[in-house]
Amino acid sequence: MHTNDTLAVHAEGLVKTFGDQRAVDGVDLQVRRGEVFGVLGPNGAGKTTTLKMLATLLPIDGGRAEVFGHDVSREGHVIRQLLGVTGQYASVDENLTATENLLLFGRLQGLSRADSKRRAATLLEQFDLTEAAAKPISAFSGGMRRRLDLSASLITRPPLIFLDEPTTGLDPRTRGQMWETIRELVDEGCTVLLTTQYLDEADQLADRIAVIDRGVKVAEGTSDELKSSVGRSSLTVHLADRDDLVVATTTARALVGEDPVPSPESRRLSVPLERSEQAVDVLVALREKGIGIESLTVQKPSLDEVFLALTGHAADSDTADSDTADTDDSDTDDSTTLEAAS
Amino acid sequence: MSTLTTTPPGDATQRVTVDTGVLDRRLATHVSLGQTVAQTMTLAWRATMKMRRNFEQLFDVTIQPLLFTAMFAYIFGGAISGSVKDYLPIIIPGLIGQTVLTACVATGVQLREDMDKGVFDRFKVLPIARIAPLAGPMVADLIRYAIASTLTFATGIAMGYRPGGGVLGVLGAIVLAIFAGWSLAWIFTWFGTVGKTAQGVQGISLMVMFPLTFLSNAFVPTETMPGWLRAFADVNPVSHVISAIRSLANDGQVTGEVGWALLGCAAVIAVFAPLSVRSFNRKM
Repeated sequence: MHTNDTLAVHAEGLVKTFGDQRAVDGVDLQVRRGEVFGVLGPNGAGKTTTLKMLATLLPIDGGRAEVFGHDVSREGHVIRQLLGVTGQYASVDENLTATENLLLFGRLQGLSRADSKRRAATLLEQFDLTEAAAKPISAFSGGMRRRLDLSASLITRPPLIFLDEPTTGLDPRTRGQMWETIRELVDEGCTVLLTTQYLDEADQLADRIAVIDRGVKVAEGTSDELKSSVGRSSLTVHLADRDDLVVATTTARALVGEDPVPSPESRRLSVPLERSEQAVDVLVALREKGIGIESLTVQKPSLDEVFLALTGHAADSDTADSDTADTDDSDTDDSTTLEAAS
Repeated sequence: MSTLTTTPPGDATQRVTVDTGVLDRRLATHVSLGQTVAQTMTLAWRATMKMRRNFEQLFDVTIQPLLFTAMFAYIFGGAISGSVKDYLPIIIPGLIGQTVLTACVATGVQLREDMDKGVFDRFKVLPIARIAPLAGPMVADLIRYAIASTLTFATGIAMGYRPGGGVLGVLGAIVLAIFAGWSLAWIFTWFGTVGKTAQGVQGISLMVMFPLTFLSNAFVPTETMPGWLRAFADVNPVSHVISAIRSLANDGQVTGEVGWALLGCAAVIAVFAPLSVRSFNRKM
């Protein structure tokens, strides 16, 4: 593997075995500098295990990986200077206050006492934790812990940040805040590699997404590419007059060659599209027939449908597959996953 | 290609530039000795903060010396030495040995507890010396051994113990007790690094701690023991440490026992420190 300067993470054929089980089975990843790269997959797919190998937390059993051109297996100490890692659970000291935690991690990484203090104050401010700075962590809410945890990863301004399921277990409002924070990080020049089991999270945040299932990468691309690779868009028109529905249906069928789905009660017609441009053809044809349209939408398939098409099962149906390093998210409400994606 | 891309390409180029700037940082290939010491001291600070916040963690080195000194002296004093006052020069150094050893057990158990906590995951991904999270608490525990031995002496003196070695002798004894505590702690630290749970570590540590204290000269002269038991008690490093504390505190003399105690402690370190470091590194 030749060193590629434009890549933050370059992994080839990563393998991790636990006993007989191949938790990660030949995963390739190429994360470009300055992008948010999402690793999407259900519980036990091997996301966390992959991240742990890249973070030097687990030995790599097969294949190899580089971070900014440094070999992960051989240059662990260098890798750890380039990384900030925030896991599913807050890895901060419960016995210390928020400020003390940040001081601890700053001092451990060689910042002077004064620099650590200054940096801690800045981060607490940035993460809206200033008021809680002197409180013990045990008094923190889940969202506050997560924010403190993330700020602890940022003390030395690492160029690459790993976020392992950054919003698992958070309420919707706190999730939104976390997403904002992650976007800000990217604006500051960070590269972010995040794992998630939430389809909408990947959709919202990631420039590119790798879908992992049972230790294997099943697809990769932008959210749009993934959607157009499997699903098709659809045009939904809201007709002015319900009586036009039959004519509209026949007209649309003649153009796209497939059966549109009419909903007479709401005067809507949903037309499956092979290509997005077909929407224009359908609209022109409807006008030629003198059919009035009140409103219209063109929808891409959801990542949820993508996931189903790629893996043959829904995003949350794979919890039985045990991955020893990835079983921590059992507290996740599965229904949220589907809801969030729809 | 994609219509949803959130950032224009121009922005991306700028990011790469920023990124390269960040990467200009000097990357070290290993941790220097100076950094290792600094990181160890930072983690020792963390451990002392923990002690201050959880005062019950100090019960074994505060309440226990007070309780045990009074208890043992009044119960066994008459039977073993004829009077409580005559027993104090024997039992006080013995109890220092016992209390310090109890404090050592906590060192291992707390290390195990610490390793199960979330903050340890962060230590693992920080560019710090792999040994620092183990060495830091061990440095902080020196405070515990100091408290334990000082309080035991203080209780003894309050009960009428007058150490013949004077201030210097007592200070020497305390320093020796602290060093012995630190050395013997490696045994329990090793248990801490190999045990699966804190309870398991506690269980096996007590199983080792009790024979080490009671099969020694801590409470009774070894002359009264059966031959095979005496053979063990006489080579037990704890016996040598206690004899050395007695000679320092009671007579103010640096006897051969001090040498044996130091040698015994060194032997324990030589065996258990590498074992602990090795199994700890495997988990870091």
